[in-house]
Amino acid sequence: MKNKLIIIITFSFLFFIFFIFYLSLDKEKNYNTKNLVGKKIENFELDLLFTNNKIEVNELSENNFTLINIWASWCAPCRKEHKYLILLKDNKKLKILGINFKDKKNNAKDFLKKLGDPYYYNAEDQSGKKSVKLGVYGIPESILINNELRIIKKFIGPLNNSNYEEILDIIN
Amino acid sequence: MLSNFGNSLIVVNILITLSIIYSVVFCISNEKQTIPKKIWNFSLYQSTISITIFFTLIAGFIISDFSLVTVFQNSHTLKPLFYKISGTWGNHEGSLLLWINIMIIFSYLFLIYNKNSNKNYLFYTLVIQNILIIGFLLFLFINSNPFSLIFPTPKEGMGLNPILQDPALAIHPPLLYVGFVGSSIYFSAGTASLLSGYNGKEFAKSIKPWILVSWIFQTLGILTGSIWAYYELGWGGFWFWDPVENASLMPWFVMTALMHSVIVLEKRNTLYPWVIILCLLTFILSVTGTFLVRSGVLNSVHTFANDPSRGLYILVFLSLMVFSSLIIFFYKYQKYSYNFNANSKETFILVNNWFMAFFLVTILIGTTYPIFIEVIKKINISVGPPFYNILIIPIIIPFLIFMTFGPKAKWIKNKFSSFKSLTLLVIAATFLNILISNFFKSYSILSNIVITSSIFLILNSVLDLVKIFKKKRSFDFPRIISHLGFGFLVLFIGISHNFSIEKDFNIKIGETKLFKSYEINFESLETETRKNYKAVVGHFNIKNLSNLNEENARPEIRIYNNPETLTYEAFIKSKLTHDIYITMSNINRSEYYNIKFQKKPFMLWIWFSVLMISFGGFLRLIKNEK
Amino acid sequence: MKKNIIIFIYVFLNFNLSYAEIDSTEQINIYKNLRCLICQGQSIADSNSEFAQTIKLVVKDQIKEGKTESEIYKFLIEKYGEWIVYKPEFSMNNFFLWFLPYIVLVLGGIIIFNMVKNSRK
Repeated sequence: MKNKLIIIITFSFLFFIFFIFYLSLDKEKNYNTKNLVGKKIENFELDLLFTNNKIEVNELSENNFTLINIWASWCAPCRKEHKYLILLKDNKKLKILGINFKDKKNNAKDFLKKLGDPYYYNAEDQSGKKSVKLGVYGIPESILINNELRIIKKFIGPLNNSNYEEILDIIN
Repeated sequence: MLSNFGNSLIVVNILITLSIIYSVVFCISNEKQTIPKKIWNFSLYQSTISITIFFTLIAGFIISDFSLVTVFQNSHTLKPLFYKISGTWGNHEGSLLLWINIMIIFSYLFLIYNKNSNKNYLFYTLVIQNILIIGFLLFLFINSNPFSLIFPTPKEGMGLNPILQDPALAIHPPLLYVGFVGSSIYFSAGTASLLSGYNGKEFAKSIKPWILVSWIFQTLGILTGSIWAYYELGWGGFWFWDPVENASLMPWFVMTALMHSVIVLEKRNTLYPWVIILCLLTFILSVTGTFLVRSGVLNSVHTFANDPSRGLYILVFLSLMVFSSLIIFFYKYQKYSYNFNANSKETFILVNNWFMAFFLVTILIGTTYPIFIEVIKKINISVGPPFYNILIIPIIIPFLIFMTFGPKAKWIKNKFSSFKSLTLLVIAATFLNILISNFFKSYSILSNIVITSSIFLILNSVLDLVKIFKKKRSFDFPRIISHLGFGFLVLFIGISHNFSIEKDFNIKIGETKLFKSYEINFESLETETRKNYKAVVGHFNIKNLSNLNEENARPEIRIYNNPETLTYEAFIKSKLTHDIYITMSNINRSEYYNIKFQKKPFMLWIWFSVLMISFGGFLRLIKNEK
Repeated sequence: MKKNIIIFIYVFLNFNLSYAEIDSTEQINIYKNLRCLICQGQSIADSNSEFAQTIKLVVKDQIKEGKTESEIYKFLIEKYGEWIVYKPEFSMNNFFLWFLPYIVLVLGGIIIFNMVKNSRK
């Protein structure tokens, strides 16, 4: 009797383990930040890119929605996504905060001159340290927040058409 | 053409394997007492063809036949010949072919060495081994075929990753595979033992050399993997508790437990069910490790390219293997009597198994827990070095102490006559430890105890060696060498870990950084064009401020074209007392370079200790064969 | 004149000599415990990536501000998730992770004890 119990327990246990392994086979293995949705971003100060002033993240609660876009002139995918930002520029419901990441002011100026400036606020993060407060780990990255400063969606990598449509859906 | 040749041979070998299975089953059901010539011939053909298939693939790499997908993805015309050849097994398909080769060759060798053993036992072993072989042959042929074609034929290959062009890495897979793939033979033999009823001392004698061989090669395989990681990967460490490393270490613990337990089975005819479990468990863990590494369920720095379809096949194969062997085990299980005196060698070997089980479970759980948590709770966690260090290091202490006493105990019943000399040794070990901590710098209490225990084991082993030379009884010599090696390993890892100096800083050309004990000057940067890459060499001068010794270091950044990669070549100066280790990497859009400087004591001794451990096993093996 | 030249050379050399921070093994230990999120299985200490360099700066700053090791981890976990730390936390979720090996150790000890005890009969 004791033997039978051991056999049943062993086999159930092994079956459980193999089942979990099976389920894990098609899990997305790349790092993603789904867990951060809903979290409030902390308040901190950013230097503005083209003036000597500063901006506090709290000020973004004045807007219904803010799209925070981390970009740089040396980043090739940033060029690809720029057109979507230009499209979103005139949307009444959304303001875009651009954070220029580890870049040189002149190069940033040239970039925006060539491709257009979609940013309502233009901030900079020369060392890259400020962006860590937003959980950024590669550029380009875009974070959509609401007027409570809660993260609605994080976009890793350049924005594509479906991301653009998604943003429109959310803010409407 | 190579593709057709290779593929046809694979099909032939599948057919031969099936014929072997058929013939052997026929022998079993007819209770034959002699081995028919057919089986001898088939086995010989099977081995010969398998080796030929392997050489065919090697030929494809040597002549750069890019019509073969595997060669295209993993080689390049400009690769040095040696690495073209070793590139054959540096990829998923080629390594699978190597895996199958070892299973087939071991099957044939087992036939040769056991031709006079119990026939049923031999036949059952061959059946099961060949069923395993068929499983892998089919996997190779259908899913991971090294001879699959690409059309049109590319003019150039995608190149082997330059990090994989290293001598240690070239021999690492063959060594490791003889280890844990070789364990397939005692998986089959263990199951065969259950089915045939051939157990006890004779069975133990039959599998012991196989266990020893696989254990020796597994140890060497792990060693070469660590050496490669240390010299090539540029982080100055040799063990990261990465899933791939763990996958090779887990079977090692079971092999060690099995190696000790089979001695008990041989000498005292007990622990038979446990020996069978261990025989099964070794190869099961090997296949599990392969699953974890090749399926993509784990994130690691040296996994092969990931493919869930491979994972599914291996998982199905693994579950079939596990469930069938366990069903046979439970069906044939009988209660065996045992008689363990608390103070006897048998009990000490049980204790060895006990600790091996702990280490195994720790590493198994640490490696697989993220998978379970992710599926069940959708949370991603990382389990890394801090986890393993916290769990394993304290337990090493009692383990070392048991390792010291265990071999001294006699079989059946032991009495300790020499408490005085043992106490003296404890005092000596403590004293030496105090010397070390005073001479260098003091370290944590835990490290103190660990190092003291390792010195205790070392001193005991040395005394045993002295006894051997006096009395000329050399039976125990292999064991002493291995245990001494293990003591040294713990000692040198402990010292190296506690007395390493590590500095991580940014510096530009012309600058000098001053630390408490070192002054490092970034003299210049030179560019050199070499055979298949361009090297950016940093010229550094390192001055040791305590003895004013100077060292010129030349870390490199290597720029390859095929594929376009950047590698960082550490400058490593290995001396008897310590290694000097520097890596240099560029910081984008800046004139600064990031430097990691390390002084690591006794690295060469760490490698030497592992060599000692495996050498002891080798000595035991040739003693047995005499 | 010679004296001036010597003084000048001395000042010039010192200009290029930068004194590094205090022997900070705590710093490197924290680097070793953090995962480089864009790499395949490397710690911040081992990685040369852009992300690793940024995180190193952030950690250095926080150490200067006087934050403890666990505060730094807490901050990074809040921003990046538990995956960034190599030491899993002690929580109910991770109970089996930390304790199953010890449970096995105790069970093993009990089994051996029983085997020896039963042998005495």
